[in-house]
Amino acid sequence: MYKILEKKVMSDTVKLMKIKAPLVAKKAKAGQFIILRIDEKGERIPLTIADYDRKKGTVTVIFMEVGKTTKQLGTLNVGDSLLNFVGPLGQPSDIEKYGTVVMIGGGVGIAPLYPIVRELKEMGNYVISILGARNKKLLMLEKEVEEFSDEIYITTDDGSKGQKGFVSDVLQKLIDEGRKINMVMAIGPVIMMKVVANVTRPYKIKTLVSLNPIMVDGTGMCGGCRVSVGDETKFACVDGPEFDGHKVDYDNLMLRNRRFVCEEEESCKLAGD
Amino acid sequence: MAVKKTKHSMPEQKPKDRIKNFNEVPYGYEEKTAIEEAKRCLQCKNRPCVEGCPVEIDIPDFIKQIAEGNIDKAVEVLKSKTSLPAVCGRVCPYENQCEGKCTLLKIGESVAIGRLERFLADYERKKGVKIPKIAKSTGKKVAVVGAGPAGLTCAGDLAKMGHKVTVFEALHDPGGVLMYGIPEFRLPKEIVKAEVDYISKLGVDINYDIIVGKTITVEELMQEHDAVFIGTGAGLPNWLRIPGENLDGVYSANEFLTRVNMMKAYDFPKYDTPVKIGKVVATFGAGNVAMDCARTSLRLGAEKSYIIYRRSEKEMPARIEEIHHAEEEGVIFKLLTNPVKFIGDEKGILKEVECLKMKLGEPDASGRRRPVPIEGSNFKIKIDTALVAIGQSPNPLIPKTVKGLKIGKWGNIETDDEGRTNIPGIFAGGDIATGAATVILAMGAGKKAARAIDEYLKKN
Repeated sequence: MYKILEKKVMSDTVKLMKIKAPLVAKKAKAGQFIILRIDEKGERIPLTIADYDRKKGTVTVIFMEVGKTTKQLGTLNVGDSLLNFVGPLGQPSDIEKYGTVVMIGGGVGIAPLYPIVRELKEMGNYVISILGARNKKLLMLEKEVEEFSDEIYITTDDGSKGQKGFVSDVLQKLIDEGRKINMVMAIGPVIMMKVVANVTRPYKIKTLVSLNPIMVDGTGMCGGCRVSVGDETKFACVDGPEFDGHKVDYDNLMLRNRRFVCEEEESCKLAGD
Repeated sequence: MAVKKTKHSMPEQKPKDRIKNFNEVPYGYEEKTAIEEAKRCLQCKNRPCVEGCPVEIDIPDFIKQIAEGNIDKAVEVLKSKTSLPAVCGRVCPYENQCEGKCTLLKIGESVAIGRLERFLADYERKKGVKIPKIAKSTGKKVAVVGAGPAGLTCAGDLAKMGHKVTVFEALHDPGGVLMYGIPEFRLPKEIVKAEVDYISKLGVDINYDIIVGKTITVEELMQEHDAVFIGTGAGLPNWLRIPGENLDGVYSANEFLTRVNMMKAYDFPKYDTPVKIGKVVATFGAGNVAMDCARTSLRLGAEKSYIIYRRSEKEMPARIEEIHHAEEEGVIFKLLTNPVKFIGDEKGILKEVECLKMKLGEPDASGRRRPVPIEGSNFKIKIDTALVAIGQSPNPLIPKTVKGLKIGKWGNIETDDEGRTNIPGIFAGGDIATGAATVILAMGAGKKAARAIDEYLKKN
């Protein structure tokens, strides 16, 4: 059992939890994820590691309540326990000195972006962060990201905070201004990552994306999370989750992510939603 | 009195009933039938059946006890060599193992060794499992990686020898393929849990949610233990590598079966994990895993369930009993048929598979006649779901993360016959060493490795 040591409400639908999982905390690196199961009847869901504390043996996850399991998770409190919590899974981010990096986080994607921002800054990169969401309620971790950024830009679709528009608009503007950019990383909704990759492609700027396909085991034994990258099929859980943004087949990923939409609705309805 | 030429039949659920549930198909022998069947055994002096058993069970000895009505004694004899009899007694390919060597085959059917083993295991489970005497503690510690048939057998045997064994399992349940792969209707999960419970009672600690190679490394395990056994299996699904394999509707057998068996998606939405199949399901491959997929599909409500296989009936690797059960349940076999392309609609949802007719050519390296495509014979089959069950490869995680470990050309860990790798103190066995094989061969490998580990621990 894995105890919840801390819970923070980030917004209406986004929550943060610190979970006691010393073995995971000991090995965790930015870019990796965990799989958890709440109880005996639960499903296994992947969540990115938003932070970790090796000394205290804790792992932080941030999740948006989008379906049965995340909503149920949101009802748990400090002192409650999760039945299973396994990791760290996937490949860590390539943290190196690129020069100037543009870090783009969309919505709940800001959470997994944060530890990578921090480590890239500590590595001596010049970090420009662009955070975006549909509205200001869905923004998070702005202060934390800002602390490790040389520049930060905020966008909202409805203009309720920062600049009205999309993260990709800011990126395009930076490129148009002739800013030197050595690497772009985007984490967020698939459509956002697709648009960002389309912006950087003509300029041949190295672009990394962190994919979020459906997973079951998370250890490479089922291929539920497979994605087309270039001409190859990759398993996001073991080969990723980060991939070359210019090679990913986003349309196939969006399609495969809709596989169980009806079942999710049924599950939520039964949960009294 | 002449010996009855055929096995006593085992009652089972009727096909029309059983395709509506996930309950076990055969009911098992009653005590009376078991005793009658045991009396068919000729008690041969040369014991050919024992040679056929990878875990060296003293078959004529336990059968003799049943024949004499000493059921408790029979259990004792059986369990002195195997820790997982309820599993072996259900999923072993007896016809190629113990029963394939039975002297009675000369006049008719072999003794139903598998059914008798199953009878004893079920008898004991109902009565309450007895824990055998365990050797005095040696003070030595062994780590076992993977709680599948190889790891559990190795752990059980080592514990009985007096070593302290800790098992590290990546998933949240024990059993490996026994839990996520083999369906409830062949091997009820409660039975797997009971067998694992017995291993725990021998003093083995089983830790879940630990992925060796990620959560903890083999090197770290070596610092804490005197020896390590790797039994991580062949969990990497093989793909057809044809266009359209990433369409919505195409699953690996592993994903499909894991959802249904381990996550209990057949009981969705009581359980949270969903599984979705259409009206027409095609399973590609003809091994036991393929039969499991095709039969599971029917139970999930598929109206048509095809097995699509590129060779002929004779080459199908599945057990005869499984093929027979699948046929009885209405699975449609499309043989000498090879898929070349999955076709989806404009949204990317699977609609059809394009296949080629095949004919058999010259035998290949495996001795089976090679299937050759008949040019221009392309045709399409309308399907909603495709299940790819053409085999698995060794799990690459450990081979990739242990420095200096000798790896074979299939990504398997190279070992000698007793499970020794090139690194002293590291042993391996089961599918990770041999590639995908059977449960009983993995158990045999676990048993041999336990003996080699014991020998190693005595010297070091």
